[in-house]
Amino acid sequence: MSSTSNRSVFSADLVGPALWQSVVKLDPRQLVRNPVMFTTAAVALLATVLFVRTVLVGGDVLFQAQIVFWLWLTVLFGNFAEALAEGRGKAQAAALRSTKAELRGKRVKGDATQEVPASELRKGDVVLVETGDPIPADGEVIEGVASVNEAAITGESAPVIREAGGDRSAVTAGTRVISDWIKVRVTVEPGTGFLDRMIALVEGASRAKTPNEIALTVLLTGLTLIFLIAVGTLPAFAAYAGGTIAVPVLIALFVALIPTTISALLSAIGIAGMDRLIRFNVLAKSGRAVEAAGDIDTLLLDKTGTITLGDRQATEFLPLSGIRDAELMEASRLSSLGDETPEGRSIIALAGRGEATPEGAEVVGFTAQTRVSGLDIGTRRVRKGAVDAVLKLHAFEPAAVRELRALTERIARAGGTPLAVADGERLLGVIHLKDIVKSGIKERFAELRRMGIRTVMITGDNALTAAAIAAEAGVDDFLAEATPEDKLELIRKEQSGGKLVAMCGDGTNDAPALAQSDVGVAMNTGTQAAREAGNMVDLDNNPTKLIEIVGIGKQLLMTRGALTTFSISNDVAKYFAILPAIFVALYPGLGALNVMGLASPESAILSALIFNALIIPLLVPLALRGVAYRPQSAARQLVRNLVLYGAGGLIAPFLGIKLIDLAVSGLGLA
Amino acid sequence: MDHILLVSLIVGGAALLSFPLGRYMAWAMDPQSPNRWTTLFCKIGGASDEQDWKRYLVTLLVFNAVMFTVTFAILALQQWLPLNPDGKGALDPTLVFNTAASFTTNTNLQHYSGEVSMSYLSQLAGLMWLQFVSAATGIAALAATARGIAGRASLGNFLIDVQRASFLVLLPVAAVVALLMVFGGMPMTLKGAAEATTLEGAAQTIARGPVAAFLAIKQLGTNGGGFFGPNATHPLENPTFWTNALAMVAIVLIPMACVWMFGRILGRMRHASVIFAVMAVFLLVKITGSVAFESGPTPAFAGLPVSEATGNLEGKELRFGATGGPLWAVLTTATSNGSVGAMHDSLNPLTGLMPMIGMWLNATFGGVGVGMINMFLYIVVAVFVAGMMVGRTPEYLGHRIEAKEVRFAILALFAHAILILGGTALFAGTALGQATVQEAGPHGFSEILYEFSSAAANNGSGFEGLGDGTGAWNIATGIVMLLGRYLPIILPLAIVGSLTAKRRAAESAGTLGVEDATFGTMLALTVVIFGALTFLPAAALGPLAEHFSLP
Repeated sequence: MSSTSNRSVFSADLVGPALWQSVVKLDPRQLVRNPVMFTTAAVALLATVLFVRTVLVGGDVLFQAQIVFWLWLTVLFGNFAEALAEGRGKAQAAALRSTKAELRGKRVKGDATQEVPASELRKGDVVLVETGDPIPADGEVIEGVASVNEAAITGESAPVIREAGGDRSAVTAGTRVISDWIKVRVTVEPGTGFLDRMIALVEGASRAKTPNEIALTVLLTGLTLIFLIAVGTLPAFAAYAGGTIAVPVLIALFVALIPTTISALLSAIGIAGMDRLIRFNVLAKSGRAVEAAGDIDTLLLDKTGTITLGDRQATEFLPLSGIRDAELMEASRLSSLGDETPEGRSIIALAGRGEATPEGAEVVGFTAQTRVSGLDIGTRRVRKGAVDAVLKLHAFEPAAVRELRALTERIARAGGTPLAVADGERLLGVIHLKDIVKSGIKERFAELRRMGIRTVMITGDNALTAAAIAAEAGVDDFLAEATPEDKLELIRKEQSGGKLVAMCGDGTNDAPALAQSDVGVAMNTGTQAAREAGNMVDLDNNPTKLIEIVGIGKQLLMTRGALTTFSISNDVAKYFAILPAIFVALYPGLGALNVMGLASPESAILSALIFNALIIPLLVPLALRGVAYRPQSAARQLVRNLVLYGAGGLIAPFLGIKLIDLAVSGLGLA
Repeated sequence: MDHILLVSLIVGGAALLSFPLGRYMAWAMDPQSPNRWTTLFCKIGGASDEQDWKRYLVTLLVFNAVMFTVTFAILALQQWLPLNPDGKGALDPTLVFNTAASFTTNTNLQHYSGEVSMSYLSQLAGLMWLQFVSAATGIAALAATARGIAGRASLGNFLIDVQRASFLVLLPVAAVVALLMVFGGMPMTLKGAAEATTLEGAAQTIARGPVAAFLAIKQLGTNGGGFFGPNATHPLENPTFWTNALAMVAIVLIPMACVWMFGRILGRMRHASVIFAVMAVFLLVKITGSVAFESGPTPAFAGLPVSEATGNLEGKELRFGATGGPLWAVLTTATSNGSVGAMHDSLNPLTGLMPMIGMWLNATFGGVGVGMINMFLYIVVAVFVAGMMVGRTPEYLGHRIEAKEVRFAILALFAHAILILGGTALFAGTALGQATVQEAGPHGFSEILYEFSSAAANNGSGFEGLGDGTGAWNIATGIVMLLGRYLPIILPLAIVGSLTAKRRAAESAGTLGVEDATFGTMLALTVVIFGALTFLPAAALGPLAEHFSLP
C-alpha cells in the first residue's frame, strides 16, 4: 500500500463507480441507516407521486418536475459522497484481496508437508515457509529464522528478520520469506486474519457507527422532527389565513430546512478519517479508536526511539585525577574495538584515532551478560563498560572508586550514561554517553501542551537520568525504571483521574498496558499478543506517530462539528428565501421578508432547494480531506471554526441562493 | 432618555440585587453541611435520605400531584367552603382543571377574573399556596440538577429542598416585597368588597382583598396570576410608579439569582457569568425591540386627531406610559411570569412579537429554577456541537455528552415546539380557535399562537381578546401546561442521571471551555437556531404578517 496519495478527490477512476454506487445505495435498507437522508428520500418519493398526479390532472408541471429532480439529486449526492469515500479504500482492498487469493501453504504433518490453499489452514496448524514462499496465514514463528519482505502490508521494501521466540516472532499473511526458512504456527481461523481485517477496514464494510456518530445522528434526527412540526403545521396555519400551500412546496421547504448537508456527508467523514489513518500507515481496528485518539489527555511515550534517537553517543572523556586525557582516550578507544554497538562506535569516533587494532591484541567482545568490552594486549587488560560491571572486575583503590562514583553521579544527573574505563588494576576515568534528544521534539511537546495533552516519558533509566532527559525534551512527566507493571499502574491511575491515555508498544509484556490504554498503538514488528491487545497497528513502527494519530482523531471530530454548524446555520438564509415565497400569496405584505430580492416565489423555492443539493458535492472535498487543523488550544480552535463555519454558514447561502436565483430566473426555469 | 433610565433602573437594579440573593439562595438551598434548618425540615418532611435522580423525580412528581389534587378540590368545592364573604358560586369543571393545572405548573394562566369568580379561600389556600410551592418545586429541581452536574453522588432530598425554597427563599423575600407594596398603597385585607358612593351619588362595589400578599409571590415566583382580572394594570394591584418598578424588579429577581445559585453549587461562577450574560443579551435585545416598536404610532389611532408623539398608548396604563408597558411585557414573558402591565393585545405587532420570542426561548432567565434548567438543555446541545468543533468527544464540565444526553435534550426542545405549534395548528385550523378570536387575520392568529406559547412556556399571560373561557381551551391549555411543565423537568433530570453514572473526564486546555465569550456566542447561536428558528413561520403568519399588512 502506498503511504501517500495526492490523487484528486474527484479523479475519474473513483467518480465512475461512485456514480453507479449512488444509485445502488437508494436501496431503502441502506438508506435507513441515515434517518435524515431516509426522510429526504421518503418525501422525494411523495413529491414524485404528486408530480405524476399533476402530469395526469394538469398543473405547473415544469416547476414540480424541477422540485422532484432536485429532491432526488439531494439524496443521490449524499449517496455519492459516501460511495466516493468508500471508493478510495476499495482500490486498496482489491490489491490486498488479489494478494490473498493466491496464497498457498505447506502444511506440516509429522515429517511430511502437504501443499494446501490458505483457506484450509486452521488455527494451530503448522506450516513450513521457505525462501520465495508467501506466508499463508497469520501466525507465530516456532522454529527457524528468516528475513521477510512485508511490503505487501507496510509498503516498506526493506526486509525484516522474523525468528522463533522473543518479540519478533509474529508473521502476517501475504508477506514473503526472501531467505532461509521458518515454521509458523497459524494463530487465526481463515477469514479473521490481519489481511482480512485490513480489507474490511479499507473497504469500510465493517464500519459500525461510532458513539459520537450515533449521538450526532440523534441530534440531526431530532432537528428533522422539529422541522417536521414547523413545516407540518403550516397547512393548518394557511387554512386559518384562508389559503393553502401546495404540498411539493412544503416538501421543498422541509428538505431545505432539515440538516441534509451534514447528514449526507456524515458517513463520508467517518470513512475518510479512517482512510487518512490508513494512508498514514496506521490501521485502526475501529472507528471508535480513531475518535478516542482525538480525546487523548495523556500520551505515554517510550524514551528510546521516540523522544531520543535510538542510540546514545559518547560526548566526553572524564579522567580521574592524575590520569592524562590522552591515556583515557586511548584506553577507551582500545576497549571499544570489541564493541560493535552504536555506543561503541561513537566512542571510537570521539577518540578520533581510527580503528587500528594493535599487533597481537585480542578483542574481547561486548555481551549483554558481562556488559563489558575490552582488549587484551599480552597481559594488559583494557576494559570499559557499565560502571558496576567494571568495578566488579577488580578491587580497585578506594579513593579512585570514590572519585569515579562522584563523576558517575554527575553524569547521571545531567541525563547521561557513564561508562567506566579501567586498565588492569587502575581506574582511568569515565566516558560520558549521552542520549540525543530528537531535534524538533521539544516543539512538538509544546504544541501538545497547548492542545491540553500531557506527555509522560517512559524509560528504564534511573530517576536521575530520566529527569534530566525529561527536562531537555520538555515532557511533562516521566516514569523511571519502568516495568510493564508500572506502566499498567500509571495508565490506571491516569484513567481514574478521568483521563484518556494513549501509548504504543511492541513486546508481549506491553500487551496488558496496550489493552488497558484507551488508544494502544502496537508496532507492526511487535508480537502477535501486542498486535491483538492494541486497537491500532502502526505499519511503519514509528512511535512518534502517536502525535499525528491524535491529530487525525481531532480532525475527524472537528470536521463533523464544523459541517454540522455550517449545515444548521444555513437554515437562516433558507427561511428568508422560502418563507416569503410561500406566504406572499396569503399576506402580500410578507414580500418584505424577501430580503434577497429573489425573482419570483417559484424561483426562490427552487433556488433554495438547488443550493441545498449543490452544497453537498461542493463540500465533499472538505469532508474527505478534513477541515484544516493545527495544534492549538480548544478556545482558539473554537473561535476559528465558529467564524469559518458558523458565520460562513450564515452568509454563504444568502450569496449562493441569490446567484442561483439569477440563473434560474435568467434561464426562465421558474 | 427616559426609556434608557427606566430600563437600566429596573434591569440593572434587579441584576445587582440578584447577585447577593443568589449567594443567599445557594446557602439556603445547598448548605455546606446540614444546619439547623436542615434538621428542622428533615423532621417536618419525615424523610432525610439522599435521593438519586429517579427517586428525587418521583418524589417531586408525587408532591406535585398532591398539589394539583388539593387545589382541584378547593376550587371545585369553593361554594361550600369558608372564607367566601362575597358568596362566589361553583366553577365550571374544565375551568377547575385548567386553573388547578395552571397554578400547579407555575403557569397562572387565568381563564377567569379572580375578583369575580374566586373565593378568598380559593385565592389564598388554593392559588397562593401553589404560587409558593410550584415556584419552590422549580428551585428544588434546579438545585438537584446543579448538584448532579457538580458531580455529587446524590441529588439531595426533594422534600427538604422544597421546604428550603419555600421557607428560606420565597417566604422571606415575598414578605419584604409585600411590605413594600403595602407602603406603596396596595390593599391587604380579608374583608369583603368595599361599598362606595361615587361623586355622582351612584353606589359602587370595589373589589379588594389580600392583594399585597398575593402579589408579592405572584411576581417573585414567576407565577403571574393576578388577584384581579386585569392583573397589574388594575390600580389596586399596581398603585404607583414605584410599585410598578418594584414589581418589575421582583419579576426577574429570582430567575436571575437562580443563575448565580447554579454557578455557586457548581463552583463555577465564571460559567454562570457567561450564562447570565447570554440571557441578559437576549433580554436587552427584546426590551430594546419592544420599546422601539412601541414608541411608534398604533394603527388603531390612524386617522384620528390624536397626537402620537408619546408612542402607542392604546391598552396602556397611562401612569406608566409607552415604555413601562412593553418593558413589563418583555420581562414577564422572558421569565415565565405572565403578569401583565399592559394589554398585550394592543401592542404594536412587532412589539407583540417580543413577548412571544421570550416564551419560545423560555430560557432568557425563564421561570424560577426552570428557566436555568431550560438553558441547561440548550447548553447540552451547544456543548455537543462546539465540543466536536474543538476535536474531542463533547464534554460539559467533564461530563461526556453522548447519544442519551443529546436525545433527552432535543426531545425536550421538540416537546416545546410541538406543544406550541401543534396546539396552534389544531385551534387555528379549526373552529375550536377560529370561533374564539376577537378579529380575523394575523392578529387573531397571534392570539391563538400566544395562548399556546403562554401555556407551553408556563407563562400564563394572555394576549387577551381571545375568548379562551371555552371548555376546549380549558382542556387543551391545561394539558399543554402540564406537559410543558413536567417534560422539561423530567428530561433534564434524566440527563443529569445519565451524566452522573459516567466516569468524569479531566478538563484541560484541550477541552471545551464554557467560561469565555466564545462559548457564550455559541450558546446564543444555539438558542436562536434551535429555539427561535422553529417558530419563524408561525411568527411570519402572526405578528410579521400583521406588521407588513399595516397601511
